[in-house]
Amino acid sequence: MTVTEPKITPELVAEHGLKPDEYQRILDLIGREPTLTELGIFSAMWNEHCSYKSSKVHLRGLPTSGPHVIQGPGENAGVIDIGDGQACVFKMESHNHPSYIEPYQGAATGVGGILRDVFTMGARPIACLNALSFGAPEHPKTRHLVSGVVAGIGGYGNSFGVPTVGGSVRFHNRYDGNILVNAMAVGLAEKDKIFYAAASGVGMPIVYLGSKTGRDGIHGASMASAEFDDDSDEKRPTVQVGDPFAEKLLLEACLEIMEKGCVIAIQDMGAAGLTSSATEMGAKGDLGVTLDLDKVPCREEGMTAYEMMLSESQERMLMVLKPEKEKEAEAIFRKWGLDFAIVGETTPSKRFIVRHNGQTMADLPIKELGDSAPEYKRPFISLEKLPTIDAETVPAPASIADALEHLIATPDLCSKRWVWEQYDHIIGGNTVQRPGGDAAVVRVEEGPKGLAFATDVTPRYCEANPFEGGKQAVAECWRNLTAVGATPLAITDNLNFGNPEKPEIMGQFVGCVRGIAEACKALDFPVVSGNVSLYNETNGKAILPTPSIGGVGLIADFTKSATLAFKAEGEAILLIGETTGWLGQSIYLREIAVREEGAPPPVDLVEERENGDFVRALILDSTATAVHDLSDGGLLVALAEMAMASGIGARFEAAPDDLPAHAYWFGEDQARYVVTVPEAQVEAVLARARAASVLVSRIGVTGGKTLALAGERAMAVADLSERSEGWLPGYMAGAA
Amino acid sequence: MKAAVLVFPGINRERDMARTLRLVSGKEPAMVWHADHELPAGTDLVVVPGGFSYGDYLRCGAIAARSPIMNAVRSFAAKGGLVLGVCNGFQILCESGLLPGVLMRNENLRFICRDVFLKVERSDLPFTRGYNAGQVIRVPVAHGEGNYIADGETIARLEGEGRVVFRYASPDGMIDPNWNHNGAINAIAGIVNEGGNVLGMMPHPENHVEAIVGNTDGRGLFAGLAEALEKAA
Repeated sequence: MTVTEPKITPELVAEHGLKPDEYQRILDLIGREPTLTELGIFSAMWNEHCSYKSSKVHLRGLPTSGPHVIQGPGENAGVIDIGDGQACVFKMESHNHPSYIEPYQGAATGVGGILRDVFTMGARPIACLNALSFGAPEHPKTRHLVSGVVAGIGGYGNSFGVPTVGGSVRFHNRYDGNILVNAMAVGLAEKDKIFYAAASGVGMPIVYLGSKTGRDGIHGASMASAEFDDDSDEKRPTVQVGDPFAEKLLLEACLEIMEKGCVIAIQDMGAAGLTSSATEMGAKGDLGVTLDLDKVPCREEGMTAYEMMLSESQERMLMVLKPEKEKEAEAIFRKWGLDFAIVGETTPSKRFIVRHNGQTMADLPIKELGDSAPEYKRPFISLEKLPTIDAETVPAPASIADALEHLIATPDLCSKRWVWEQYDHIIGGNTVQRPGGDAAVVRVEEGPKGLAFATDVTPRYCEANPFEGGKQAVAECWRNLTAVGATPLAITDNLNFGNPEKPEIMGQFVGCVRGIAEACKALDFPVVSGNVSLYNETNGKAILPTPSIGGVGLIADFTKSATLAFKAEGEAILLIGETTGWLGQSIYLREIAVREEGAPPPVDLVEERENGDFVRALILDSTATAVHDLSDGGLLVALAEMAMASGIGARFEAAPDDLPAHAYWFGEDQARYVVTVPEAQVEAVLARARAASVLVSRIGVTGGKTLALAGERAMAVADLSERSEGWLPGYMAGAA
Repeated sequence: MKAAVLVFPGINRERDMARTLRLVSGKEPAMVWHADHELPAGTDLVVVPGGFSYGDYLRCGAIAARSPIMNAVRSFAAKGGLVLGVCNGFQILCESGLLPGVLMRNENLRFICRDVFLKVERSDLPFTRGYNAGQVIRVPVAHGEGNYIADGETIARLEGEGRVVFRYASPDGMIDPNWNHNGAINAIAGIVNEGGNVLGMMPHPENHVEAIVGNTDGRGLFAGLAEALEKAA
């Protein structure tokens, strides 16, 4: 080969994030020294972000099939059957490192990337969600990061035209130097019109579509596979810039040519851009691919093969078109003002060949590029189980009312209205349940079907006990979907952890994944897509283990979906599930007792299922009038949220004698819900509960404008709302 | 009703608008591409929907206002044809000279999506005949640049001629800065041209036409238009 690229030195190999033994693997595989372009290709394909080399062996333990599953992990997104010939396509993905370096563009391109994953499969996006973890509010960068990330998510989704309907926001000092931005997108497609990445047929044209290729984002995937240090700001040039306008055009153009039957295979250019999309299409189709880089539309002059192969410029797609439809497809792309270029073809050789300026810059075995990526069974250790905290030893607050008022105005429990009002959550005209509830509900086309979405994880539980924490993340997501009346169908997981080369971090990963697997199996809630983000560390300090779970549920008639707001005065308030007053790792313990200690609440998956099925039945037969799941902050926080959402107050019975009052009101036992039912229905509901062996207790009645607890001062609902609504705007204005 | 919904690159509420027109009038609107030079024959209502035409990378609506189809819209409006612009559509109508004034960034410099209350100032227009004067309706907004402003003389004229059709208000119809989320002058949410046949408004009545998805407060606008056009036909 005649190549004008520099010699490969050990330093150059190290700069590409490849270990000496990994480089040896490359030499063994190709039997010669790689060119610089080839080295770049290997570094892009074999970094943690693209190869899952540390996580793959454990991810195999996740359940990925089920009666609803059309496509599990391995494609651009997962696909489930929602009946009537329709399919729901969804995935969640992280954009953590870029969002810390440049919050607006980092978050925006995270949204853009995940939307592309969904419409690449032939689905029109119908909803976005996100799961955001920021550092402590007092950290000097937090305000800037919150402001930029939220504006970036909104800036992209609002302009693209997809409603951002839900998500979660948390604050903890363990994210100070490494925030998490996990974006989820959901799309709707016809079940028999799903598009995949696998190319087929020899000599088929490979077409490049969308925006031009520039020098932005080169080595982005490698950056996402390294730890941060004090100089991370210097990596800003590797963050891409998003163009939601181009993406909207790309969406419309792609859906139009798919509709016209022009497409054989399609793959979006995400991480590792042209390299990863071209090799995946070839490898999945058992074909070779030859690319002619002279044909690639470039934004800048003089780009090298190396740069073009590693660019992560946004809003680009690669397709294999039916040759006879080429002209028709091109006309559609021209109409939308997008670039369209034939940049290569499929070959029978199973080689990945890259040509530029008359030279062969890369000639590699296409399947081995992906399949022969290193796979590690990294050593891991599990920490000793933490002791269960006896509620009796946790100090009581000055008063339960004081504690509640404090808790609902803490960063994690306060209203996130300031965030979600910056997202267009109603575009599409199908948002039945807007942000702020347990799960968002979006009508499917003209109904009556609805889809429910939620994102969940409790990182402090995951750190204290990765296995229980993994279970809990799935169970809470399942519970949130159930609380609106949906039947949970499947999840996408976005696993954010520290450096997997540290046995204790690997232990967290392994434990969480096992917990997720256990819960998914028990709840028939398979994993259909996902993403792993490792090396979330700054100067050697890891984030809290944060396996975000994004769940999708189906409700046959969206008009039956339940909301958490109290509906009327004089209705009975029922607590479903067992309350033991579990304070270990609770928000109460952290915020009031200022201790982050103990074992997290255990998750009994049988109980989860029984209690959830019971609640769902009450919703679907219109017995339950309001429903809320219990999670962070426990029973009283949930009740306050139901009151604040409606303006209607309530009176409650005293805590049972056998529990400290603060453990009863603020304990975080799992598998619990609060429901309201009309007074006349109470006896029937209790009888049904007995028959189903579900624990139900009557704890109060709705009415008035205050929350009244026996022996406590009454709290005005309006005042609670003001506290809950006040914290975040006040903080962002610089007051808190 | 024979409505034409304009489609510019980057517009994204055209499907919402088309669905609402269909739902309320029972008739399918025509979707008209920006590069076209003429409106479909027999068009009696032009709707410029919301979105981010051309990404709003230049001044909002500035590029769309110069599209070929806008020449057709200008002559349609000059003959008294009904034109409704919502959100980006309002911005496009201002930029194309069909309405006075301009929409600046929201006072708090953030995008805002929430339900707002609008006071309907007059009910004698085809756009507002479905409401009573003084009625308060709840409809959503979703914009980053909805802060209406014009020079003092123009505002005085708009006010003097009763051309302010919708104002941001409290739930009981009071004009109050606390309920004017974007800081628009005189809480202006929507205005008409001199002829009363071109309306621009920032809020999205098309997203509130069904009880189960929001409410039906936006329905009056479209039902009124359908009725007016039926009478005229």
